[in-house]
Amino acid sequence: MDNSLRPEELIKNPDFSKAQYIGFREVCETSTVRSARDGKPEANEIWQSHGMMVEVLIEGQFAYAATPNRTREAVTQATQKAYEQALIASKFKIHPFTPAQRPRINTAYSTQIRRIFSEKSASDLAGLLVRITERIKKSPKIIRATSFVQNVETQVTLRGSNGTDATQKFNFITMDFEATAQEGSLVQKRSDGGMRGRSFQGGWEYLDTPDLWERVDKVADQAIELLSATPCPSEKTSLVIMPDQMMLQIHESIGHALELDRILGDERNYAGWSFVKPSDFGTLQYGSKHMNITFDPTIPHEFASYAFDDSGAAAKKEFLIKEGKLLRGLGGMESQARLGLPGVANFRSSMWNRAPIDRMANLNLEPGTSSLEEIISSIEHGVLMESNRSWSIDDFRNKFQFGCEYAKLIENGKVTKTLRDPNYRGISVPFWNSLSRVGNDATFGVYGTPNCGKGEPNQIIRVGHASPVCLFDNIEVFGGANS
Amino acid sequence: MSAQLLILEKHYFALLSRELFDELDPVNSGEHLLLGLTGESSQFVRINGAQGGAKVRQTGVVEDASLELTLVTKDSSGGLHKGVSTLTLTGEKDLDRKRALMALEQLRKEVPTLPVDAYAELPVMKPSSLVETKGELLHSTHVVDELISPLKPGVDLVGIYAAGPVVRGMANSAGLLHWFKTETFSFDYSLYTSGQRAVKSTYAGTKWKSEDYRANLEAAQTKLELLLKPAIKLSAGPIRAYLSPACIADLIGMFSWGCVGEAAIRQGDSPLRLLRDGSKKFSGKFNLVEDFSAGEVPRFNTEGDLAPESLPLIQGGELANTLINQRTAIEYKVAANGASSNEGLRAPHVLPGTLREADILKRLGTGVYLSNLHYLNWSDQSGGRITGMTRYACFKVENGEIIAPIENMRFDDTIFSIFGQALEDFTDSTQTLAETGTYHMRALGSTHAPGAILSEFKFTL
Repeated sequence: MDNSLRPEELIKNPDFSKAQYIGFREVCETSTVRSARDGKPEANEIWQSHGMMVEVLIEGQFAYAATPNRTREAVTQATQKAYEQALIASKFKIHPFTPAQRPRINTAYSTQIRRIFSEKSASDLAGLLVRITERIKKSPKIIRATSFVQNVETQVTLRGSNGTDATQKFNFITMDFEATAQEGSLVQKRSDGGMRGRSFQGGWEYLDTPDLWERVDKVADQAIELLSATPCPSEKTSLVIMPDQMMLQIHESIGHALELDRILGDERNYAGWSFVKPSDFGTLQYGSKHMNITFDPTIPHEFASYAFDDSGAAAKKEFLIKEGKLLRGLGGMESQARLGLPGVANFRSSMWNRAPIDRMANLNLEPGTSSLEEIISSIEHGVLMESNRSWSIDDFRNKFQFGCEYAKLIENGKVTKTLRDPNYRGISVPFWNSLSRVGNDATFGVYGTPNCGKGEPNQIIRVGHASPVCLFDNIEVFGGANS
Repeated sequence: MSAQLLILEKHYFALLSRELFDELDPVNSGEHLLLGLTGESSQFVRINGAQGGAKVRQTGVVEDASLELTLVTKDSSGGLHKGVSTLTLTGEKDLDRKRALMALEQLRKEVPTLPVDAYAELPVMKPSSLVETKGELLHSTHVVDELISPLKPGVDLVGIYAAGPVVRGMANSAGLLHWFKTETFSFDYSLYTSGQRAVKSTYAGTKWKSEDYRANLEAAQTKLELLLKPAIKLSAGPIRAYLSPACIADLIGMFSWGCVGEAAIRQGDSPLRLLRDGSKKFSGKFNLVEDFSAGEVPRFNTEGDLAPESLPLIQGGELANTLINQRTAIEYKVAANGASSNEGLRAPHVLPGTLREADILKRLGTGVYLSNLHYLNWSDQSGGRITGMTRYACFKVENGEIIAPIENMRFDDTIFSIFGQALEDFTDSTQTLAETGTYHMRALGSTHAPGAILSEFKFTL
């Protein structure tokens, strides 16, 4: 950022005399992606984006101008454009916002890193990814083996005419590998957690883990195993969901439904509305008494931990749902002001060229008391599913359907046959009210995804989800196209 | 001209390209370079009328441009090594040049150390292209009034206006230069009833005409009146259906997701492998073509290959061609056809059938009329099964008459049924469904699709 030009100076400029607030948000992000397929390098890419968004508040209306050019002249021009847009739109303002929606913040945050990503050279990492795919291709039945790593370094600096001056430095790591197996016309896939679920804040320690090669072998072995697996039955039954699928269940049927901007209708033309109404907070029994959902930006290695959001609001852990009752929504300062409801610090943008909106960050299901063995042994007949491969839900966040990569049949308290092409469907509130057991700390898994899409203009953002193993009663499960 | 707008000009890209190519040492270091440019100057206005009358939720402008450098080096054994670096351009010439040279320098250090890329290719001289389309867009200071003033009081409109110039460029060190610049707008919006039912519409193009916008609004408002009746709840199970052009466009969008690309077929992802091996087939009425003749999207890809102006993909229900990128072509020893790196559709056209627009309800008889689908995903990709939801203006139809709107239903059905045995006919005309996506940058182009009558469409929840 051009340190010579500050919002405190601009707001005193007579050209911006009506401005109630001026803010700068500068983002510099460098993403390194490396991938391999079938023993050969596929992608080696470095992507950098650097720019800033100027935000101006006039007569209760915010407007923005984003520019990659951070010279004094360009930033002043951007401020003029935002000023002009805010003044014009203020005739049609949705709410009389005030500078209170941009709290002053003066702090810093950095991802805790044990081993920096760059400790390994590009060629070492490319070589590791190639070796992973070679190891996956342990059988002629494996027709495709892929591996993927993304490291993202992001620095966000906020400055505001209210004295805000704060910086966050993040390091995000995502790793995945996948095996595709084929026998005749049957094709099955297995990955390391599904949906790039192994996404963390941290460094090389999340790539080069002691169990890496064990996980590689498991992915290859299970892909082959699925070729001879029984199709998932179509029935209503007990369903055990492992944490790497719980991630998406929480995301789609709780997270998006609780976003206050959806409840306010901002997203109705794209992502959708929500079945949750403002009057539901404090009254709706969203799930069973085993259900405790938190917004928790404090778990250091979870993907979307941070100290403050893009409005400058300080982030802290909050219970959204306690013992099944809905208490609080996912909404930043603007949505809280519009609705008169409490929220959280989740006003977030994907990049310098997009304005912040209400997003999930870390949204977790708190652990219960059951071990995995206790959960399994309590089931006479059921199905266990893990690792997402398909997801879909309606625009009000009611009717969902998920598909998983891998499943097991549970019979008389024991895990028996492997099942392929497992799917399940349900409706959010009845589904969460059928939650009958929640796994303990030992079953708690931390996951995340870099690919949550929402907003107009569209934005992709990183979210974290942690969950124990869960048991749901009487759920509709079914198989694939040819089952 | 401001620095921000300079980055959207061909001469700026050409100048920057020349300066970078001059830095290369192809003879001694085996260096070759490909450059790609994406850029836009956009105005965005978000409107939400949920709290009574159309209001501005968010408004602003975005200037953005990125330069992608792909360095390919040839080692002493003839092996190729490849790496990519992308940086933001500022429009400040000296700064952009300096940063691009730094990116090149970083690639020079890294790329020769990477494993040999078996599917890389050196850039070659091919035919260049130049397309520039001048639009007639609203002045940025008039947009809010123009969007909101025609609305009747109390109308609940929610949507996004996006407009401005968009550029794509490509150049390589063998002398090739492609340039594409257009000026477009889109207003993608929904109108809602007080009962939470909605109609979706888009007004998009290169020349804004107030009367066309007002007519578009009027048509949507007329359709909204059909949604005032209480909604009917349907049961799960197969049902006779009319799918609008927007529904067909959404389903065709799934063909870009690991389906119509040659690599996806070869590597087991695509259900079209079942078409190729003869175990499944589409209806002879289904024809899908990549057709760039409208000039809405660049024909060139990141390697500089030009796609054919027209390429039949599904012809009379048979797999006529697939989308083949240069890497896939090298790997499987087939001919490339200018496909993008993800081998997705860029200019899809589903050809019309024989059903007259006026006869849709009569031909449907009793069933459902679906205006829009939502949140599609493969529920079994290799088996070709897609799940998703109905959304917006969807109706129960009995004996050729619209009876009432329906509550949202989940479907789960295969492309071999939808475009195969269940397909009775397509309508005899197509609609142009503008691509309004704005992930990372404003998307270009559109899908051209007719509506379709299906003998059954499988609702599941």
